[in-house]
Amino acid sequence: MITLQVNGKAHAIDAEPSTPLLYVLRDHLQLNGAKFGCGLGQCGACTVMLDGRAVFSCLVPISALPDRPIKTVEGLGTLDNPGPLQRAFIEEQAAQCGYCIPGMMMRAQALLERNPSPSITEIKAHLQPHLCRCGTHMRIVRAIQRAAREMKNAPAAGTGGTTRR
Amino acid sequence: MKAILGVLLLVVIASVVPLAFAWRSAFDPVDPPPPASFDSAAIRRGAQLALIGNCNVCHTAAGGAAYAGQRPVHTAFGTIYSTNITPDPETGIGRWSEAAFTRAMREGVDRRGRHLYPAFPYDHFTKASDEDVKSLYAFLMTREPVRAEAPANELPFPLNLRPLIAAWKWLFFEPSRFEPDPAQSAELTRGAYLVRSLGHCGACHTPRNVLGAEKKAQFLSGGEAEGWDAPALNAASTSPRAWTADSLYRYLRHGLAEQHGIPAGPMAPVGHNLAAAADDDVRAIASYIASLMPAVRAEREQGIDALIVSIQRPESGATGVAQSAADPQSLRQGELLYQGACAFCHDQGRQLSSSGEAMYLPLSTALYLPTPRNLIRIVSEGIAPPDGAPGRWMPAFEGVFTDEQLAALAIYLRARYTDAPAWTNVGDVVRKARK
Repeated sequence: MITLQVNGKAHAIDAEPSTPLLYVLRDHLQLNGAKFGCGLGQCGACTVMLDGRAVFSCLVPISALPDRPIKTVEGLGTLDNPGPLQRAFIEEQAAQCGYCIPGMMMRAQALLERNPSPSITEIKAHLQPHLCRCGTHMRIVRAIQRAAREMKNAPAAGTGGTTRR
Repeated sequence: MKAILGVLLLVVIASVVPLAFAWRSAFDPVDPPPPASFDSAAIRRGAQLALIGNCNVCHTAAGGAAYAGQRPVHTAFGTIYSTNITPDPETGIGRWSEAAFTRAMREGVDRRGRHLYPAFPYDHFTKASDEDVKSLYAFLMTREPVRAEAPANELPFPLNLRPLIAAWKWLFFEPSRFEPDPAQSAELTRGAYLVRSLGHCGACHTPRNVLGAEKKAQFLSGGEAEGWDAPALNAASTSPRAWTADSLYRYLRHGLAEQHGIPAGPMAPVGHNLAAAADDDVRAIASYIASLMPAVRAEREQGIDALIVSIQRPESGATGVAQSAADPQSLRQGELLYQGACAFCHDQGRQLSSSGEAMYLPLSTALYLPTPRNLIRIVSEGIAPPDGAPGRWMPAFEGVFTDEQLAALAIYLRARYTDAPAWTNVGDVVRKARK
């Protein structure tokens, strides 16, 4: 048994220690926000936050995880009470098919927690590990800028708990 | 501490170095020579030599115009910003005469007579031939002029005082020309010339003293570059497979030697440059370096063959892990992490159609080096070709592993895939590498 700290809750997981975090999130915890894209750390669809940093969850074996805080897109807010980043993505209509978006949001969240006012260049460079071929790239950047403004005006609202760096 | 004592020594010496040595005259500014005044063959030759000299790597900022400088070069003493070597008259070398350019290359003094910091490897470029310096001048003076002023260097007092460089030169630098060994073949002579002069391989692959000067007696016996270990290129090479002129040529020219791997870290841009340099020159460099390295010994090659067989058939019980002196708990932890994070690509027989085969770890140079530094850097930062270019790729594991986990992984990989003794102080190396 390995205990994982996901979105502020402890979960005892019965799985092989080499199991990727992504599989445990989706198959054991029914947290389906993180997506399986390539399984090789090439596309970014599975990105979650670990110790406050964005990581590819398909590459992280759960044996690396005891006592380390994990945050998924579900930890940013709920349907009824979306967090500022989620609201910003909705308001900018930044998803086309949306498959890659939870991963992008988690990397954006990690950026905003370190750098509350990123420039457009910084946002683009930071999201570089994410592949997406849809038509909303400019909206994604705008949504992240909007979230940055909102978070500055109302810090800590709906961010889904604390994170550690 | 040693560096502080060294700097003090430099200050003392500076106070006794004759003023005549420290002071250099200025060359008068010239009107920028029109591009048409240069011989096209010299420009072409200069372009190829600039690739071997790696000029673009230091003299181009991230995302900046080629040769316009402004790249921060981090040294043990502080940060030096590379200068603009495009022919812009105000901020570049547009008003430099050929004589001024030659003096900079040969003596490390700029047009105005100021001493240049030895981050610019004039201790190597001084050995370049007249013709090659002339060709480089022709090439650089026919680039597009770019207006770009280098930021001021960030060096602590008293290192920000350029006359101090005169003392450094007095101790460690002598203008000299390359002297060929008449007993050598033409190819080895050419290789030795390029390696020692424009190629400035020793700038990274030769260890340096506390004042940042290369230890000449330890030529190419392994140094440091941007926080990476630059492997030994002489008898001290720890490569599991012996390098040959052919394998080195493929590594330098084509970016992959099947029995060794790919250029990574600060070597990656060197490989990209050499892919476009003159073929004969790359061959000459490969032949010369190979001549310095340990010859192929059947006994060692068979030892590596046997090691690979034992790794592929662990039931034979002969794998390194079983015999390793490393802490068993780290080995177990490292193995679990390897199985979960690395094995999918790196285990033999698994190939990635999209990015080519993953590095076969028993042949990894990084696992055989005296420290785990390069391994830690590769795991943390991954492998990526330059923006927009094709090339080998590995994801960055930054943030995935804790320092302790990364150390366990390094300990396990060294024990599992090599017959080299366990690394010491892995934890310290990890902490420093990730700072």
